[in-house]
This record gives sequence, C-alpha cells and structure tokens, in this order.
Amino acid sequence: MKIDVRRNILEANQELALQNREFFQKNKVLVVNIMAAPGAGKTSTILKTVDLLRKKLRFLVIEGDIASRIDAEKMESRGIPVVQINTGHMCHLDANMIKGALSKFTYGADNILFIENVGNLVCPAEFSLGEGLNIVISSVPEGHDKPYKYPGVYLKADAVILNKMDTLGSIDFEKDSFYEGIKALHADLPIFEVSCKTGEGFTEWGEWLLGKYRENFPQTML
Amino acid sequence: MHELSVTEGLIKIIVDEAEKRNIRKISRINLVIGDLASIVDDSVQFYYDILSKGTAAEGAVLFFKRVAPAFACQQCHAVFEKKSYGYRCPECGGKSIILEKGQEFYIESIEVETDED
Repeated sequence: MKIDVRRNILEANQELALQNREFFQKNKVLVVNIMAAPGAGKTSTILKTVDLLRKKLRFLVIEGDIASRIDAEKMESRGIPVVQINTGHMCHLDANMIKGALSKFTYGADNILFIENVGNLVCPAEFSLGEGLNIVISSVPEGHDKPYKYPGVYLKADAVILNKMDTLGSIDFEKDSFYEGIKALHADLPIFEVSCKTGEGFTEWGEWLLGKYRENFPQTML
Repeated sequence: MHELSVTEGLIKIIVDEAEKRNIRKISRINLVIGDLASIVDDSVQFYYDILSKGTAAEGAVLFFKRVAPAFACQQCHAVFEKKSYGYRCPECGGKSIILEKGQEFYIESIEVETDED
C-alpha cells in the first residue's frame, strides 16, 4: 500500500528557523547570514562593516567553523560580542545551533547579528537559520565561474559582495561573465564591489545594509 | 556533505508517519530530490541503514526520484535544461532565467506492508 506523505525532509530545521526568526523580530535583530567559500573574506568583511557602522548599530557575531576560535578571537579583540560554534564534522550551520546561541547575547535597541557560516558554497544554502538577509561573498581570486558552478547559493542571495577588487589587475577574472551569471539568476540582485584591503566600496554596502535595517524595523530612530 | 543530518531528519519523519498511522513495517520510501539539492544518494542510504535499525523503517528501500534543473527564459518563456557553461537561453539567447525545478527535497510517499498484504 502506498501512502502520500509530501513532507519536506528538512522540515524540522525549517520549523526551528521560523522560531528563530520570530525571536529576532521581537528583539529588533536583523540577522545577516554570510555565505562564502573559505578565504573569500567573510571575517574581514564583517570587521570592516562593524568599523563603518558601529556608531549607529549594535553588532553581534556568531562564528561557524569546523574547528578553532581564530575568527572569534578577532571579534573579541575589537570588543564585538561573539559566540563561536564549532560544527565538528558538519559542513554548515543549522537552525538548532543558532537557537542554542541566542541566549548568550544581550540585545540593545538596534542590532545586527552577523552569522558567519562555515566556508562552503554548497551546504549552507540549504539550511535556513531564521536570517533576514542572505549575503554571498565572492572574491576575485576565486574566479568568475562561481555563479555557474554553485547556482543554489546565488539563488538564495539577497546581495552579493565581490571582494578583493584590488587584485583585479593581476588575476584572470572576467567581470562581465561573473555579472552575467548572477544577473541571469536574479536580474535585480545588488552586487557590491569591495576590497577589505583598501576599504573601497564599503560606503555603498554599509548604506545598503543600514537601509535594510530601516526597512525591516521601520519604527527605528536610526 | 551533510547526509548524516539529512538522514536523521528523514528517519524522524518516517517514524512519525509510521506511529501516526500504526504502521509496523515500511518497505519503501519514495523521495524526490532536485539535482541542485546537494546530497549523494548512496551516502544517504549508507546512513539510513545504520540509523533506521530497530525502527519501523528498518530495511526499507530508498528510492530517489532525481529532478534535473530546468530553467525558463524570461524573454521567450522556453524551458530548458542547462547543458553548457552559461545560462543563456538556447532558443533566443535571452540572458534572464527563472529556475523552474531542480531544488526539490521532499518525501513523496511511503509504501507499507499491511496485514492484508
């Protein structure tokens, strides 16, 4: 006998992600899930963004790594509240891990929580965390073919940051091809060209992020 | 790469369905998985065989119905499977596409042994 089931295999994660989302809305936290390959500049981008906006917003960070506290220590050294999650064998963060970290922070008036996902362009795309924004960071040295090789993560993105623009002249990176791949999937997706090294492009990204905070929490005094 | 956690979730749902319906033994589980959902069938089966031991789902055959990604051109509305490097529409060369299918990730049905069988 055949019985129709029609249930999403990841439904338990989806349910927890919804609960996290409600918690974040209530506590005025815009959660930004940062997904990228290892070495794309996730930590550096977070640090630059915090430097730029910390007078306006309160920043919190969850660091997801297979092992080590290297990135968490970088946050701590700048006085940024951080929770390190070591996933062990797991290739991504999931909603349950985020739920476990929520009570470790205190929340102020206007909060942005960066979740630095495990460096990986595949698995993080499939597990919702309760985030408000999904940001993919690509970097010039990774090459222009990533939107074609990993459509899933780009389909999930609300914006793409193209980092390490300072290396453009010395690396074989076809910017038109990179843009075409992303725009094919998402005609209107914002792409921010930045360099964590020189600081270029961060003003535009910061303004966009601030705008998103205001959009999510219109009652803010910001 | 995350087959272990996916398989744990899968078995939880299957056991829940079995309890809800008073099913003693599930013989087959039909899954629909888009090719853009990044799991490896053999790996899920491997974990499944270990994790399902002692449950109503033990020994069930996992059947993976794979769905190839298909895109629809926003210009001429042709639906195509991506064969080449780029995303351009093979019909009109359009550069803007919508993903039609390929991200499915669900349990379609289960097959059970009943007393009447």
